[in-house]
Amino acid sequence: MKYAVLIHENESRWEGAGDELVQLYHDCHAQFAKEMADRGITMLAGEALRSVTTATTRRRRGDDVMVTDGPFAETAEQLGGFYLVDAPDLDALLEATGVLPEPTIEIRPVAVFDS
Amino acid sequence: MPSSTPDVEVALRNATEHWGRLVALLIGQFHRLDLAEDAVQEAYVAAARTWPARGVPTNATAWLLTAARRKVVDTLRAEAMAARKLPLLVVDQHPAAAPSGSKGEPLVITDDRLRLIFMCCHPAISPGSSAALTLRLVAGLKVSEIARLFLVSETTMAARITRAKRKIVEAGIPFAVPPPTRLAERLDAVLAVIYLVFTEGYVATEGTALVRTDLCDEAIRLARTLDELVDGQPAIDALLALLVLQHSRRSSRVGADGRPVLLADQDRRTWHHGEIAEGLRLLDSAIRHRSTDPAGERLAAKYRLEALIAAAHATSPSPSATDWRAIAGLYAELEELTGSPVVRINRAVAVAETDGPAAALALLDGLDDVLSDSKDLAVVRGELLDRLGRRSESASAFEAAIALATNAAERAHLERRRVAIDDPG
Repeated sequence: MKYAVLIHENESRWEGAGDELVQLYHDCHAQFAKEMADRGITMLAGEALRSVTTATTRRRRGDDVMVTDGPFAETAEQLGGFYLVDAPDLDALLEATGVLPEPTIEIRPVAVFDS
Repeated sequence: MPSSTPDVEVALRNATEHWGRLVALLIGQFHRLDLAEDAVQEAYVAAARTWPARGVPTNATAWLLTAARRKVVDTLRAEAMAARKLPLLVVDQHPAAAPSGSKGEPLVITDDRLRLIFMCCHPAISPGSSAALTLRLVAGLKVSEIARLFLVSETTMAARITRAKRKIVEAGIPFAVPPPTRLAERLDAVLAVIYLVFTEGYVATEGTALVRTDLCDEAIRLARTLDELVDGQPAIDALLALLVLQHSRRSSRVGADGRPVLLADQDRRTWHHGEIAEGLRLLDSAIRHRSTDPAGERLAAKYRLEALIAAAHATSPSPSATDWRAIAGLYAELEELTGSPVVRINRAVAVAETDGPAAALALLDGLDDVLSDSKDLAVVRGELLDRLGRRSESASAFEAAIALATNAAERAHLERRRVAIDDPG
């Protein structure tokens, strides 16, 4: 089954963060790749996102299209990165995410449409 | 030869014990959660219709399995015709269930109920939905019965169960027993669901009756099933001991007028002493067999302490003979283990008996921050303040408790308690 792994964290964590923290995250995500491989999970895509201060939101209201600066919602934790993976089941994926350092991870199955 | 109606009824009732096993078996074979449940239901309906006329088959379970399997195959055929594609359930690599019996040899039904239980009580499903789903798929209760037990409409309950089943299939929750390294952690969720079913019956949060023994009975039945299926986890024995001990007092907890009877005022002769003996045996087993896995041991410790407290009450011949010091000590241990503010409240009740109401009241300090809407906190505070002679403070605590009570019998009890403070006599 395909899943999106949506990683959320409070961006303030990175304010004034040193190389050590960057290295820790780097190592943890490298370990995540290994944990997935060990469980028969294939990584199809994975990216970290720039800060929500760089986000642009486009909204449609009727015929009007509005473009604004910033994320669509102000929340304590923001979407900071994602993976797209193919896993045998939810438990295998949950187990692999155990090594990720971020506080909140949402796992969403990918919808399948009959073609 | 046609069977008499009582024979059929007995056979059907006995066959209900195999409900969970049949559902699990069909899920293992066809990987279709939706079809398995419906097919087993239809097989029982077919049995109720045909057995009175044709007699109860020699192997009733095998008959039901064959009938249910035929239903699944029929539906799959119809779906193939309609070219509908529905997602399959994820089923782990497990020796394929290969029930025999087609050529007259005795049918051996593989027991897959454990996989079914872990699937229903997966932490990705809300505990309330897990409870409903477990009662439906494992215990074989009808949707209408579960709706009645949880005091919601049948439509609401049917929707809740359907949503939970869809979540399982679409989120890829596997039909699997977790690996040994995760067993204790996942067992925690299973035991919590069983405990939820029990406590919902023990002090019904809604409705008018204070105790709903049918829910308690179902919780005990589920715990027994789990106990039968899992070895080396003393937490299950400890939970079962706790439930059996608590339930043994059911006949005395509610008065003839439907009002709650406090522990001290209960007629201890009406306690079910055979059940108390069974609870003590189970507790003894849970104490003697320690889990080798630290997570399993932590889980067992929690239920063991709660069962020890229940045992201390159940074995006390009279209220005055209760060993409150031991109980206060057990609560202190339990609080250290769980960090639970609810445990702190119970500990305060025991401390009031050993060190007086002032010491107990001090234990409640600061709990309002973590338990802002706790009726139990308000009740205990009200009782302690009353004992200290601080009547107006006691009265406002009871008023807060009345505002928070959702069960009619309990609210009536609190209102009388509130009145008694103004007019002690």
